[in-house]
Amino acid sequence: MNIKTKFLGEVEIEQSEILTFENGLPGFQEFTKFILLGLDTDLPIALLQSTEKEQIGFVVGYPFAFKHDYAFDLSEEDKEQLQLEDESEVASYTVLTLKENFADSTINLLAPIVINTKQKIGKQIVLQDSEKYPLRYKIGIAKGSGK
Amino acid sequence: MLVLSRKKGETIMIGDQIEVKVISVEGDQVKLGIIAPKTVKVHRSEVFEAIQKQNKEALAISVDALKQFKL
Repeated sequence: MNIKTKFLGEVEIEQSEILTFENGLPGFQEFTKFILLGLDTDLPIALLQSTEKEQIGFVVGYPFAFKHDYAFDLSEEDKEQLQLEDESEVASYTVLTLKENFADSTINLLAPIVINTKQKIGKQIVLQDSEKYPLRYKIGIAKGSGK
Repeated sequence: MLVLSRKKGETIMIGDQIEVKVISVEGDQVKLGIIAPKTVKVHRSEVFEAIQKQNKEALAISVDALKQFKL
């Protein structure tokens, strides 16, 4: 099937690749079907695109690429909702908030997007410790520390 | 909405597993103790509101901002 995307125009996707976010994403509960699409950049980022609405497309990144020691535990509730049986089925992403000035761009480490890659189920989870996991973590800092 | 009056030290039960206790009341601030199963997440509402807001902000990025990443 073909879908319209926020940044990549019209693309052809496989039905089997569609991810279900049962409760949508916070602030966007009405959209429950998404797909991950690669973006043409040298950075570890991708587009989490709603298959239902063109404008709903989030730029997401691999959190570990931006913060090397990023780690979190999934609660039993999250595991249940994601129908996780095996840790190898998990992929996690972080929502990027890009700004015109690159140095002002941030990633959301407090609420990672976790995906069960086998069952194609996704959820934006909320971690407990907002000091350890900032809502707005500057990409600029992460880039510097990565050198 | 159910409204209950409680005094310091008193509790309420939500279902049979979640207990909320009023620990102290000082001026306009109430300190609550919450006992809940591990599977139940307890957050301040502001956290959810902040995440909703952040998602909306993330969505507002322009194609131009994205182009900065193209090398």
